[in-house]
Amino acid sequence: MATGFNLHRFANPGRFLRLAGAVVPWLAGGSAVLFAVGLYFALVGSPPDYQQGDTVRIMYIHVPSAWLAMMGYGLLGLSGASALIWRHPLADVAAEAIAPVGAGFTFVALVTGSLWGKPTWGTYWVWDARLTSFLVLFFLYVGHIALTHAFDDRQRGRRSAAIIAIVGVVNLPIIKYSVDWWNTLHQSESILRMEGPSIDVSMLRPLFIMGLAFTLYFFAVVMTRMKAMLLEARHRSTALAR
Amino acid sequence: MSVYGTGFFEMGGDAAFVWPAYGVAALMLIAFAVLSWRRLRAAERALQRIAEADPAMSDDS
Repeated sequence: MATGFNLHRFANPGRFLRLAGAVVPWLAGGSAVLFAVGLYFALVGSPPDYQQGDTVRIMYIHVPSAWLAMMGYGLLGLSGASALIWRHPLADVAAEAIAPVGAGFTFVALVTGSLWGKPTWGTYWVWDARLTSFLVLFFLYVGHIALTHAFDDRQRGRRSAAIIAIVGVVNLPIIKYSVDWWNTLHQSESILRMEGPSIDVSMLRPLFIMGLAFTLYFFAVVMTRMKAMLLEARHRSTALAR
Repeated sequence: MSVYGTGFFEMGGDAAFVWPAYGVAALMLIAFAVLSWRRLRAAERALQRIAEADPAMSDDS
């Protein structure tokens, strides 16, 4: 392998199935515990914002959803590249498993953002750079799902979807820096800043706990979906061989 | 609890925005978890049926 780590280490579906079987229960259990603790701090154990009141609690689901929506697309692009360039045998399965989950998180980020926008900005939607680029992210996910299933030849569909995944990665920095590059109602970066986070620790705590809960959930669901797809493929080939 | 003197479910008068936001997120999270788990169970059962019908065809490697 040219890369530093061995990409093909888990290429063997049997090895991946064993890995998923061992890891998923921990991810799911950890996520459930973190959700319980995170929800307590998000809804009860944190103060209302001095300007936004209790609507600030929407942040604890909106921001993690947006993080996961973008991380999911990054992984989709990586899967697309792994499928097209390195022909990693699990890359197509990973992409197919990630896309609907990523689309779900993008949808939640859009809806919760809209519900947060009305009481704080006075509008559910505005066509500014951040919101529009995030809507484009949703359409990229939908396009990926549609292309995957658009052809009778599954391989052709997966190849087309991999291309849209790679090309769409250019949207990620646009989303990230949209609040700096253009005038927008959306607030600018308040967590990953050179100067350190600009929000209080009482609000950072639920945000990071929920962020971690969402992340473990994401990997638990994606690995479960990959496992199901691999077993379905094994079933198809076994049924054909009979 | 809100500092505005209202109850937990009133969310300081913003219940109409806070709870639908949490509801949408909960629905999505629960739906994907349940659907993924059921899909996996269905796939495992389908393979199990083949293995029971014809033990020679099953390959667990």
